[in-house]
Amino acid sequence: MSPILWSVLSIIIAILGSITVAAALIFVERRLLAVWTDRIGPNRAGPFGLLQVVADMIKIFFKEDWVPPFVDKPVFIMSPGVIFITVLMSFMVIPLSPFIVASHLDVGVLFFLAMASLGVYSIVLSGWASGSKYPLLGSVRSITQMLSYEAFMGLSLGGVVLISGSFNMSDIVNAQKGLWFFIPQFPAFVIFLIGGIAVIHRLPFDLPEAESELVDGYHTEYSGMKFGLFFVGEYLGIVLVSALTVTLFFGGWLGPILPPFLWFLIKTAVFIVLIILLRASLPRPRIDQLLAFGWKVLLPVALLNILVTGAIYLAIQK
Amino acid sequence: MFSILRTIWLVFKHTFSRTITVQYPEVKPELSARYRGRIILSRDPDGDERCVACNLCAAACPVDCIALESANRDDGRRYAKFFRINFARCIMCGMCEEACPTYAIQLTPDFEMAEYNRQNMVYEKEHLLINGPGKYPGYNFYREAGAEMGVKKTGEGQNERKPVDIYTLVPGSLDDEERG
Repeated sequence: MSPILWSVLSIIIAILGSITVAAALIFVERRLLAVWTDRIGPNRAGPFGLLQVVADMIKIFFKEDWVPPFVDKPVFIMSPGVIFITVLMSFMVIPLSPFIVASHLDVGVLFFLAMASLGVYSIVLSGWASGSKYPLLGSVRSITQMLSYEAFMGLSLGGVVLISGSFNMSDIVNAQKGLWFFIPQFPAFVIFLIGGIAVIHRLPFDLPEAESELVDGYHTEYSGMKFGLFFVGEYLGIVLVSALTVTLFFGGWLGPILPPFLWFLIKTAVFIVLIILLRASLPRPRIDQLLAFGWKVLLPVALLNILVTGAIYLAIQK
Repeated sequence: MFSILRTIWLVFKHTFSRTITVQYPEVKPELSARYRGRIILSRDPDGDERCVACNLCAAACPVDCIALESANRDDGRRYAKFFRINFARCIMCGMCEEACPTYAIQLTPDFEMAEYNRQNMVYEKEHLLINGPGKYPGYNFYREAGAEMGVKKTGEGQNERKPVDIYTLVPGSLDDEERG
């Protein structure tokens, strides 16, 4: 098949797949959180509650999408789309299998980091444009949190890029054919996972939303479909960070008997479940504790990781 | 750091523990016998209504949801001409049950009383009266106290003293135990 056709097919698979998984996550997350808190989740709508997603979608579509009069209208209306766009763009560089890659970008890793930084804009802009105090506080906290943790996330990938020799995601997956990267680069894996969860502002790093503190954080003033975009965007972020961790540290689509695409799905599912488990179990640290942990613990470890990896790499090359 | 990992592990172990959700309405919750639910008016073991329309329950009710009026039956026994409880106001506190001297009004472990029409929340006596003695079987008020209704004569109850005959009451006519 012509490469253009493969590309278009991969784009469609990536977008449809991620949005479907993100929508299904609405139901899966509630069920998993219920399992870990000795409850039964939603099980009334449809068999085993599976139609809960449909019910939630219908609800979000039909809610009144009211734009408050005190907001900065163009920014207010555009900012939910920003996170949706940046996360979906990041999906384009992830190799779902040896053949299904939407874009063989030679700077895939950098592209993802750039998109993550752009994603911060959506919180910042929506918090400021909302023109009320809770979103403002939420966005102020989120700027500091996301900027710091993106820095560590990027630094932690230095070792991975060093070992595999390129920024191209497919090359990184191929370089893991002997040994998955999470073994030699274990500190980097931990830092990347923590940083990733912070960047998608998910518990325990969800101070921007802070459901019990800031009313609803940066999306307090949003309703209807705009809120739905934030909502699905958050779940898309979960899928994205899981997919990236799998690609960069756990061998992507590598695996014995099963087809590669299935391996990718299984591994991503494991990480999605892990991220939901973190939400079920951990308390939320204060913003100063969060930043102290990031700058005083994660940054030195990330730098040390690059140092040691580089030193060993040079020694081996000699 | 270790405590965080331990927390995650402990929460993960809950995957294998039973859920504590009671899936109402397929599964009804277990209620104790003293659960303060729907109010009923009971009858004594001989089949007559226990309620003597003394108004103590209406007086004790903190939200004034009980309305009743007394009347005398043909055989002289006092009863409630009408007895109305407004369950939209009732807070199921049980003060009426504590106040009732005849164990007539009782709270039962039934809470499924939802209605669509607000007027249907007002229960009349025919909705409240049941055919049995409710929670206190074997108790007849007129056997312990009360006016003579053909159940016992005055002075023949278990803890009752015989009435004093005022016409023959002279100094020295009472024994030690009668004097109290």
